[in-house]
Amino acid sequence: MLNFGSNDVQLCGTPKFYWNSRGVARRVTGMAHDDPHSDDPHHAHAHLPPDPALRVKALETILTKRGLIDPAALDEIIDIYQNKIGPQNGARVVAKAWSDPAFKAQLLADADQVLREMDIYGRQGEHMVVVENTPETHNMVVCTLCSCYPWPVLGIPPAWYKSDAYRARAVREPRKVLADFGITLPEGTKVRVWDSTAEVRYLVLPMRPAGSDGLDEEALAALVNRDCMVGTALATSPGDLAGDTA
Amino acid sequence: MSRVHDMGGRFGDGPVEVDVEDAPVFKEEWHARALALTLASAGLGQWNIDTSRHMRERLSPQDYTAFSYYEKWLAGVAGLLVETGVLTVQDLQTPEADGGCHPLAERRLSAERVAGVLASGGPSDRASDVAPQFKPGDKVRTLTHAGNRFVDGGHTRLPSYAAGAVGEVVLYHGTHVFPDRSAHGLGDAPEPLYAVAFPATALWVIAEDDGDEVVLDLWQSYLELAS
Repeated sequence: MLNFGSNDVQLCGTPKFYWNSRGVARRVTGMAHDDPHSDDPHHAHAHLPPDPALRVKALETILTKRGLIDPAALDEIIDIYQNKIGPQNGARVVAKAWSDPAFKAQLLADADQVLREMDIYGRQGEHMVVVENTPETHNMVVCTLCSCYPWPVLGIPPAWYKSDAYRARAVREPRKVLADFGITLPEGTKVRVWDSTAEVRYLVLPMRPAGSDGLDEEALAALVNRDCMVGTALATSPGDLAGDTA
Repeated sequence: MSRVHDMGGRFGDGPVEVDVEDAPVFKEEWHARALALTLASAGLGQWNIDTSRHMRERLSPQDYTAFSYYEKWLAGVAGLLVETGVLTVQDLQTPEADGGCHPLAERRLSAERVAGVLASGGPSDRASDVAPQFKPGDKVRTLTHAGNRFVDGGHTRLPSYAAGAVGEVVLYHGTHVFPDRSAHGLGDAPEPLYAVAFPATALWVIAEDDGDEVVLDLWQSYLELAS
């Protein structure tokens, strides 16, 4: 029997080490359990440790040993979504749209093109549409069926966006949901909720706050919080900036 | 005929618990690990985004409700690995066992390729010979019953709350992979995709505000012209 020690894992990917007993192992497994769900893929997780931290560790161990994932690649993915891709990207886009009417017109007409040019494009943001808030219409984004969210501009969604409460309620009672966020819309503003049911991802272009005249793009970007680009907040007023107490 | 994930409009969930803007991206280290492991496993190319969503949707209502977001992801990726034959249930039960090199190891996502793979994404638009039947401004009606027409209990992206409703086409998105087929190995079957705006009064017994709207992205197969 071949013995794959830790050094041998490095050899994974060289065809001569194909494991030819996998099919046999699978058939044996099917007979070896009384659990009626043992071959049921949507119960596969039941065969892993119940604690989620141990569960992910077990999966990572298995996949790494078999040469299917590279832990260093996981580190890289985490670093990108933790430190490089986040709402600061969307804030740059919004601040530019507030500053440059021609850019804003392009962004509303063909967001994909504009975002590619800004190098803000990628997974879970392949087909972007930007929707503009106005005194007449307040836009708000949800995914009732899962948690689709425009990753390249906003990063990984916050917990509330993925919560059952938000997914269930945003389409039926958006105004009460906005109240949970402390937002009351002016009389006469209608709400348009975008349920992300396909691979199109929506970014809300919030209204530019009063008192922001004359600010440059960098100062404007500081007013663009994450939630206002989902439509559950308004842009921050210059006077309300955290730490702005001088 | 619905599944547990199809929760749009449901009553009883209580207030949205808003977390602060500067909360950590990953609350727990294992959240980050679960996300990264899922993305790296998808890189093996054994499933697509529609099969992946459908796997999470097939969790039992009890599990779906009890699991946190990343627990659903973990259950999903474990299910996909077993369903596609990449791993066996026995592999899952014995993580320390020495299973040896896997035939798919040559597809492993390396750290060097990560940034490029994430930046190129996976567009879902495809050329199609299905001609668009509708245009912005048209009134359309959704299928009376939401549900997959090819596989009983299969994947669909028409939420139950929007079935049998009349709305207006507001955007044409081009032709995109059709999830009802793609989730079940029935090909990309690309067809026209539209954003359709529905008055709140067309969706809910009691609308929160008569002037409000909900817009959904819907494939042509879900729609018919409403006269």
